[in-house]
Amino acid sequence: MSEAIIKCENVYKIFGSNAQKMLQDANGNVDAKTFQENGCIVGVNDASFEVSKGEMLVVMGLSGSGKSTLLRCISRLTEATGGKIFIEGQDLLKLNNKELINLRRNKMGMVFQSFALLPHKTVVENIAFPLQIKGIKTEDSISKAMDMVKLVGLDGRENYFPRELSGGQQQRVGIARSLAVEPDIWFLDEPFSALDPLIRKEMQDEFLRLQEKLQKTIMFITHDFDEALKLADRIAIMKDGIIEQLDTPANIVLNPATEYVKKFTEEVPREKVLTIEDVMDRSDADSSDLKVLKDEIIENVAEKILTQEKAVSVIDRDNKVVGSINPSKIIQTVFGGRKNNN
Amino acid sequence: MEIIKKYPKVFQWLFLLAVFFALCFAIEVPETYKFIRGQAEFVKDPNQSTFIFLGKEVRYYAFDVFWRLPPLLGWLPIWINDSLFFLMNEWMPMEFWNEDTQEFKTRPLLLQISRNLTAFMTFLIELIREILLGGLETIVAFTSWDFIDAYPWAELPGLPWTIVAAGFAILSYKLSGKGLAIFAGLTMVYISIFGQWKPSMQTLSFILVAAPLSFAFGLGLGIAAFKSKRVEKALYPILLVMQTMPQYAVLVPALVLFGVGDHAAVIITMVVAIPPMILLTLLGLRAIPPEVIEAGRMSGCTNWQLMFKVLIPTARRDILIGVNQVIMVCFSMAVISAFIGAKGLGFNLLLALNQLNIGLALEAGLCISLIAILLDKMSLAWANKQIDYFGNLTFYERNKNLIFFGGAFIVGIILAYIGSFYFKEGFNYLFEVPHNKGISTADFWNKGVDWIFETFFVYIKAFNTWLIQEVLQPMRALYLRMPAVATLVLVVGAGYLIGGIRSALVVCALTLFIALSPWWDRALVTTYMATFGVIISCIIGFTVGTLCFQNKNSAKFMLGVCDIFQTFPSFVYLIPVMMLFGITDTSVLIAVIVYATIPATRYTIEGLRSVPAGLHDAATMSGVNKFQRLTKIEFPLAFPHMMLGLNQTIVFALFMVIIGAFIGTEDLGQYILKALSDKNGAGIGLTLGICVAFIGLIFDNLIRTYVGKRKKHLGID
Repeated sequence: MSEAIIKCENVYKIFGSNAQKMLQDANGNVDAKTFQENGCIVGVNDASFEVSKGEMLVVMGLSGSGKSTLLRCISRLTEATGGKIFIEGQDLLKLNNKELINLRRNKMGMVFQSFALLPHKTVVENIAFPLQIKGIKTEDSISKAMDMVKLVGLDGRENYFPRELSGGQQQRVGIARSLAVEPDIWFLDEPFSALDPLIRKEMQDEFLRLQEKLQKTIMFITHDFDEALKLADRIAIMKDGIIEQLDTPANIVLNPATEYVKKFTEEVPREKVLTIEDVMDRSDADSSDLKVLKDEIIENVAEKILTQEKAVSVIDRDNKVVGSINPSKIIQTVFGGRKNNN
Repeated sequence: MEIIKKYPKVFQWLFLLAVFFALCFAIEVPETYKFIRGQAEFVKDPNQSTFIFLGKEVRYYAFDVFWRLPPLLGWLPIWINDSLFFLMNEWMPMEFWNEDTQEFKTRPLLLQISRNLTAFMTFLIELIREILLGGLETIVAFTSWDFIDAYPWAELPGLPWTIVAAGFAILSYKLSGKGLAIFAGLTMVYISIFGQWKPSMQTLSFILVAAPLSFAFGLGLGIAAFKSKRVEKALYPILLVMQTMPQYAVLVPALVLFGVGDHAAVIITMVVAIPPMILLTLLGLRAIPPEVIEAGRMSGCTNWQLMFKVLIPTARRDILIGVNQVIMVCFSMAVISAFIGAKGLGFNLLLALNQLNIGLALEAGLCISLIAILLDKMSLAWANKQIDYFGNLTFYERNKNLIFFGGAFIVGIILAYIGSFYFKEGFNYLFEVPHNKGISTADFWNKGVDWIFETFFVYIKAFNTWLIQEVLQPMRALYLRMPAVATLVLVVGAGYLIGGIRSALVVCALTLFIALSPWWDRALVTTYMATFGVIISCIIGFTVGTLCFQNKNSAKFMLGVCDIFQTFPSFVYLIPVMMLFGITDTSVLIAVIVYATIPATRYTIEGLRSVPAGLHDAATMSGVNKFQRLTKIEFPLAFPHMMLGLNQTIVFALFMVIIGAFIGTEDLGQYILKALSDKNGAGIGLTLGICVAFIGLIFDNLIRTYVGKRKKHLGID
């Protein structure tokens, strides 16, 4: 693991007038119910995690689970009630206003669920906005913004107003705007939730393409478990402000930590999520002619493996055998472990 | 009994009405009661009762408390007046340096502040005025009178009208395009040719000071209220009262504080124009989605950038309506403030109306209205203007407007110069067409009015007599016949039924204030006139609105018409009605009806428009015909918004009724007008204004509470 870009230690966010005092009294043992009885609402409850450079952490949770609040604590749009947040080693909560603005101008970009475009500015003006705020000359900022317009594939529409664009196009503008200052850290708050399913899929693919190219450190909020599985390096599942489980998609599907997490994983088509490596037996016995790469998604190689009668060798990128997989294991993975069979 | 259970509300209302009428019949009219000498009127009469409060003696005619409450607040106007005088002339005397006499002088603080403010405003107005018309004072302000005496050439020359006209046209072209440019040009040419140049420029200079200042202060206070709950809470009641306070009423205290003249007019215009600006700014800022604010923050905006680059532009729609309101109020005040000595078109208009020279009044009124529309459109175009980043423009293209203006400037001066040779004796028409030396159609209009009068006199008179004798007089008598207690019961009961105990208490307090003031009878007359106007306006407005709504284009057209009519200063409405009906209550009422129909129509169309399209489709699929759709779907859903229209209609009607005092009515307005020329009028004027404002607020409270409940019930926003 490389260095942690974002680091949270016991972050709490509690809404209410005497939140600070109640949190102190609770002494690290926050119970949502007791707080609610006293007029406080617990948004984020004891969140600790790290996001390393170039990693995409997807925070998944249903509405009211505190995922957006967590993101807003880390971008300091709301002040965390307790805990520590470090951005590239800097203590975020200790920054003064000027330092915070500087951090946002140079290091952070954010995309919003409802796009949050400025209605009075055209596409290119919207994208150039963060640059102009920084004080970059109009000419330079516009030409930079035009590069961004091309990056997200909106050329020809740069002089349109947000109201003249479809939802998908508007979100492309939102994405371009958040990338205009070339931030290292990229926050996305349910960016695709307001879009139609087909557009959503298209945007997800586009997003993966961009991330391949840009390698940003990302926190991505979603309420869609499938989306989380598709995009994430790691997933944090939240409920009532608590992070229930934080792990790789494969581990979450294979070993859900709580009943709550399990409910999500039950319906997931495992062959689409898991790689061969996740289900193989570890051994280095080279036993078969057919070899499969350990990083393949099961779905893509299942047919090939199922034509074999005995175990198939699994290799890594250097052609070294790292394990083997039995065809029966594939069948077990695909059909086993689901709700009805348990 | 089952019917009662089924419609409990209806029976509660019926019960309330029954109590009201029972009280009306039970309480006899006292024999000594006469309207004109109703109650305390500050005349001495041995039949009067007196009481003394805070050292002020209040005289009044005592009646049975059920019939009319005693004017327990009679001391308030006197007290306000005395306090104002004390504050102005005695409070906090301090040493101030006097430039002219070069020595320290002792003056009360407030007086000094008032003087400084006055000097500042006067300077601003003079500056603009002298750019447009020429003069000395600006130069004096920067140098001294001695300087002017020593150098007789040192006078700021005014701009020839050709340059101003060209300037307006070019600016309009830059902001919006050909259409507005042509309109601007024609407006200016009209003004000049009809000899209204000087008063128009005086009015314009007044507006150009008052409007931007009102806008800036309104925006600033709106932002402050948005940022701090405490500021909002402090401002809110003042805003509410100011919204329903007739503009006349504020003139009187201004007279005391700032004296007579353009500067006082500007200050008082600001007082009237700022509240709607604050409210609309606040409304706009409130409506911004939180994510847009967060997006601004995440782009690294400082607080300042966030406010001016994100929040205000995003709230632009509402803020623009605010600008529109400011301009509207400014023009309206430009006329009204002629009462306290503002120069310009308003003064001419009042003068013409006073002399019953309808033609002249019409021309002046048209000038004001044209300038109002022009400025309104220009401010709108300015706010909607877009920048083109990609056009690869040459120097000429980028600066062509400036070049054109430069050209026009030179040509204008050359023309004026040539003109000075051509029109050797008399006036240089290419420099400025003097007042009353232009073309005038006044005679034509006056003859037209005479002709109308001669031809239709019989019918108009018959209609007039019928209306006054058969409708207005009985209605007025009915209103005056209400015992105070019955009215209180009715109003408070309505408050309770609509909004519960809270609403009842608010309404009760407002009504009591009026009932305990010395002008209850007058307030009743004001209410009767407003009621009459509102009823007719609503019938017309709702009908016209509903009919126009049936077709998209006609609805759009009608809203456009409303926009233009709303831009006219309220006083202008008196001109045509006086043409037709002369100086009678009928004239005032017709002006009220025309003026108050605007909001009724607008809100009807807007309300009907806001019915969601999905519901239309659902209704159509249930097989309704057009009429059923209107009555079953559109009206019930549009009703809350239409009620807000009713609210506006009431405020508009009240304003017009008060202005109608100029023609001569026997209501609160008449007293406000009287107070203007009274040395001790400030307190009276203000109290009267508050009374009118409270009448408006009673209805405002009831309607808003009802609309709020209804909207919640229907699940609209």
